[in-house]
Amino acid sequence: MNAPKTAHPEPVEGLPFSLARQKGSAGLRQAQSKRRFFVSLCLCVSLLFPSTSLSAQSRLPEAEWANRQLPDPQQEAEAKTLMESLRCLVCQGQSIADSDADMAADMRAMVRRRIAAGEEPEDIRNWLVERYGRWVTYEPPFDAITWPLWLIPLLLLAIGGWLARSRFKRKSKEG
Amino acid sequence: MKHWIIWTPLALFIGFLALAASGLIVPRDTTIESQMIGQPVPEFALAPALPGKPGLTNADLATGQPRLLNVFASWCVPCIAEAPQLMQLRRAGVQIDAIAIRDRPADIAQFLARHGDPYRSVGADNDSRVQLSLGSSGVPETFVVDGDGVIRHQHIGDIRPEDVPAILAALEDAQ
Repeated sequence: MNAPKTAHPEPVEGLPFSLARQKGSAGLRQAQSKRRFFVSLCLCVSLLFPSTSLSAQSRLPEAEWANRQLPDPQQEAEAKTLMESLRCLVCQGQSIADSDADMAADMRAMVRRRIAAGEEPEDIRNWLVERYGRWVTYEPPFDAITWPLWLIPLLLLAIGGWLARSRFKRKSKEG
Repeated sequence: MKHWIIWTPLALFIGFLALAASGLIVPRDTTIESQMIGQPVPEFALAPALPGKPGLTNADLATGQPRLLNVFASWCVPCIAEAPQLMQLRRAGVQIDAIAIRDRPADIAQFLARHGDPYRSVGADNDSRVQLSLGSSGVPETFVVDGDGVIRHQHIGDIRPEDVPAILAALEDAQ
């Protein structure tokens, strides 16, 4: 699977900043002017064809609670905490609180709507896990598959302590 | 000092290298499969997405015959690529219902006029609510639903010509 098969309503932002490689000050200046040229070229192209560059995005206005806070600050805080620990399905490295994708906006709207209706954050998380698997949450539960995540750091710490202890002992004997 | 303990840091380092190398060599599979396969289609009722076609409810999908539920949008480019395959499936006698994600009636009408209309009905999912309840994470996606309204198979991404036999087989299995 080399070509991405699924289109995602994600904004196109990739101007070629990486084209400028740093090679010392003269090279850098040259690279910067090149970069400026590329950026202005891209801007010109995107002004000429505004619809083509954004064609993979919905033209519908955002959902009601996508980018508006809930009137009750406590509920908004609950919603925010939950949104920061739910993974965006489209832009997979971001939480839905961070993402600009349409789908993340719809997920934020869903979270706020349900919190406003009095639903518990953990129930909303479980509802999503039932549909998308554990992958959708940034807070893995403690169970048969995920226990090493939680226990291995403790185990390593214990081994480190044991190693350090035996070293200190030897030193104090020598000294 | 035990002899073997000298070699453990090297062994750990080699283990770490192997882990990093395998992460670089094997491409990461980032498709998120729906966990709803084997479950009944969740309850929903969507208004018609364009005039002249019925909307869609979950009851419409449990008709005693297996059918396809296509999640698409007029703004989605791979949806254009799969249109001929959907038309081919329709001509083969497959019933296809659709959910249009965040879309406008005029845009859908234009899309269907240009790329063919294989759909019995098109429901308007303007805030991705039904898409989220299906465990679908993008457009296009296609679900095979059996006669009892239970989801049997999910195809993620556009249906390419080489995917058609698998879809037909999944429909056959759902009989």
